[in-house]
Amino acid sequence: MLTVVILFLALSLLAYVLFGGADFGAGIIEIFSGRVSKKTITHAIAPVWEANHIWLILVVVILFMGFPAIYAQMSLYLHIPMVILLLGIVLRGTAFTFRHYDAIQDRSEWYYTTIFNLSSLIAPLFLGILTGALILGRIDREPAGFYDAFMAPWLNVFCIMLGVFTCCLFAFLAAVYLIGEAEQGEVKERFLKIARNANIATVISGGLVFLAAEWSGFPLARMFWESTAAMVAAVLATVSLPLLWWSLLKRHIIFPRLLAGFQTLMILGAWFWVQYPVLLRYKNGDYLGIFTTAAPEATMRQLGLALLVGSVLILPSLFFLLKTFKTKPSFLEKEV
Amino acid sequence: MENLLAARMQMAVSLGFHIIFSCIGMAMPFFMAISGYKYLRTGKPLYKDLTKVWSVGVAIFFAVGAVSGTVLSFELGLLWPTFMEHAGPIFGMPFSWEGTAFFIEAIALGLFLYGWDRLHPWVHWGSGVVVGISGVASGIFVVAANGWMNSPAGFDWIDGQAYNIDPVAAMFNDAWFSQALHMTIAAFVATGFAVAGLHAFLLLKNPKNAFHKEAIKIAMVVAAVAAILQPLSGDLSAKDVAERQPAKLAAMEALFETSKPAALVIGGIPDEESREVNYAIHIPYALSFLAHGDFEAEVTGLDAFPRDEQPPVLVTHIAFQIMVLCGTVMALLGLMFLLFSWRWKHLLNRNWFLWMLVIATPLGFIAVEAGWTVTEVGRQPWIIYGIMRTSDAVSSMPGLVVPFYLFTGVYLLLTFILVWLMRRQIKMLPQKYPSSVLNDNE
Repeated sequence: MLTVVILFLALSLLAYVLFGGADFGAGIIEIFSGRVSKKTITHAIAPVWEANHIWLILVVVILFMGFPAIYAQMSLYLHIPMVILLLGIVLRGTAFTFRHYDAIQDRSEWYYTTIFNLSSLIAPLFLGILTGALILGRIDREPAGFYDAFMAPWLNVFCIMLGVFTCCLFAFLAAVYLIGEAEQGEVKERFLKIARNANIATVISGGLVFLAAEWSGFPLARMFWESTAAMVAAVLATVSLPLLWWSLLKRHIIFPRLLAGFQTLMILGAWFWVQYPVLLRYKNGDYLGIFTTAAPEATMRQLGLALLVGSVLILPSLFFLLKTFKTKPSFLEKEV
Repeated sequence: MENLLAARMQMAVSLGFHIIFSCIGMAMPFFMAISGYKYLRTGKPLYKDLTKVWSVGVAIFFAVGAVSGTVLSFELGLLWPTFMEHAGPIFGMPFSWEGTAFFIEAIALGLFLYGWDRLHPWVHWGSGVVVGISGVASGIFVVAANGWMNSPAGFDWIDGQAYNIDPVAAMFNDAWFSQALHMTIAAFVATGFAVAGLHAFLLLKNPKNAFHKEAIKIAMVVAAVAAILQPLSGDLSAKDVAERQPAKLAAMEALFETSKPAALVIGGIPDEESREVNYAIHIPYALSFLAHGDFEAEVTGLDAFPRDEQPPVLVTHIAFQIMVLCGTVMALLGLMFLLFSWRWKHLLNRNWFLWMLVIATPLGFIAVEAGWTVTEVGRQPWIIYGIMRTSDAVSSMPGLVVPFYLFTGVYLLLTFILVWLMRRQIKMLPQKYPSSVLNDNE
């Protein structure tokens, strides 16, 4: 059952990065695409955004039930970035809903939009920062003071760069997704341009993550270099880029999305593969691994069972939801 | 403010905020479904509009509930990392099921809100019912986890470590049923009275309006039945608490000394220094009967526990009194509504009755908050009853007062915006939903 649980942890995380990520990304690119795209964005994410964000709750539940030590340690030492991430999630979700349902359109819309855009940027930034802080190895169990214990682990170039990379990646995912949702040619062109820019930004910030790692004394490049699987994943993600662009320019809808999902899978997969089995690294070199922190078998059995039964219930309903709203683009025209 | 107090306050604010949205998420979809059913049966546009108006409410409150619930799932660890490290593998099971229920709720809600013209009418209606069922299931799972903190089961605790973990036994602990029943009924009472009160207020401004009358009927029938059943479930809970957590019962009833027979203390202000209750009404024998079903039974008082294992009496007792008072008023109002509507058809044309409903608008939620205070404060000083102290579970990060103020500020702001948003929705009702201005005879 441990394998099942780990598989679900990985799948939930991937799903959150893909669907929740595209959702956050939509908030980010709204900053750059202005009014024209707002309707497309709202209509594209309104029916599904709640479902997209529940993947995070699954990740948290799997962590605290199945890998309690990791959940407890990150909650303690990474309290501050987690709180900021949470505030971002709260403000973003509420601002989006309020904007969507407010019965009167007036100046309040500007406030909703500003908060929605800003928090769409903050949440992924801190999601990336958290991911970096877990494995950078600056979590100190015998800290000299407050700063060493609760700030130093995450407030550094590497973590922030990873946060920036996450924002760029999410914006890219959102743009690729929204191109297929846009009805008018003008909006489509806009999203295409944003997708191009986000793609360039993702590649550059991805490179900078490696540089920042070197600068912080974290041998990320060497870890990649020494792992064949990670190198293969990196090559595949890069090679599939031109294919994705060819497909986008051919006006395909589903294939570019699948490719973007594939690239994200490669990036995430390589990231965890080179760390494996480490999930949280301490300053003194000790680490919490996925096997050493796993809860007893009785717990894993129940968790795995709940996840298996849950997915039998969830996946068909999720498929039905997407089929209902994502196969009939004519509905956009009707609503607008 | 010291760290422990700040953490407890943050948890109280977060739960107190989230619980309102959970209650609405449990009950409101059923109101929506009843109205939707009437629409499908009668074809009257009024019911369609009512269903839509309510579903917008559900959508807004669901979104706030979803994010405040996400916050809670993190806060368990952010504030109580030691607790979660030990408790996670034991009581995590209901949360893993709650995740599924919540997921289905979100999917069904998406279908219901946006599927009006895309789904078969009855499939669409069914998705609304699924929202309600999964909402209630979510609530029951979370309360079962809380029940475990009150009545820990499914493990052996040896030298500060848990052994022989059995998550199934932990989930079906002794407290889960009575707590989940009480909470579920409370959700229907609170939401029903709030909805009825709001529509009663609008009906007073707009007499004879058929839209608000129908709304009150649907909400009040459910709320009245639930409010009448609630004292029975409360009695079950009280007997259960008397058995499992005598210290909590003693604090609820402000019973400082073990008595046989024990008198019921109504109202009053307990003085924890002098161990007396001032200004209270005492009803002899009543507590013995309520707690154990026997007028002569002995009821354990706070003196049976060392001072450092006694819950705060003042807060627990007063919160309990508030809950019982609100519950009694609502049960009587519900009884009146059912009797009078049966005997006397024009109850909703009577201003005095509508005013009573308006005054009762917040009572259900006050009772929910008070009841939750009883459960949580009455469990102190324990986070896992009899096993782990709250003070041993709190995060060692200094300055927890900062996130406490931060989240309190955000939640206050959200509350303010929600009230403002609701007023704007109501203001736009006539423009957006033409049937909402129709009179009885139209």
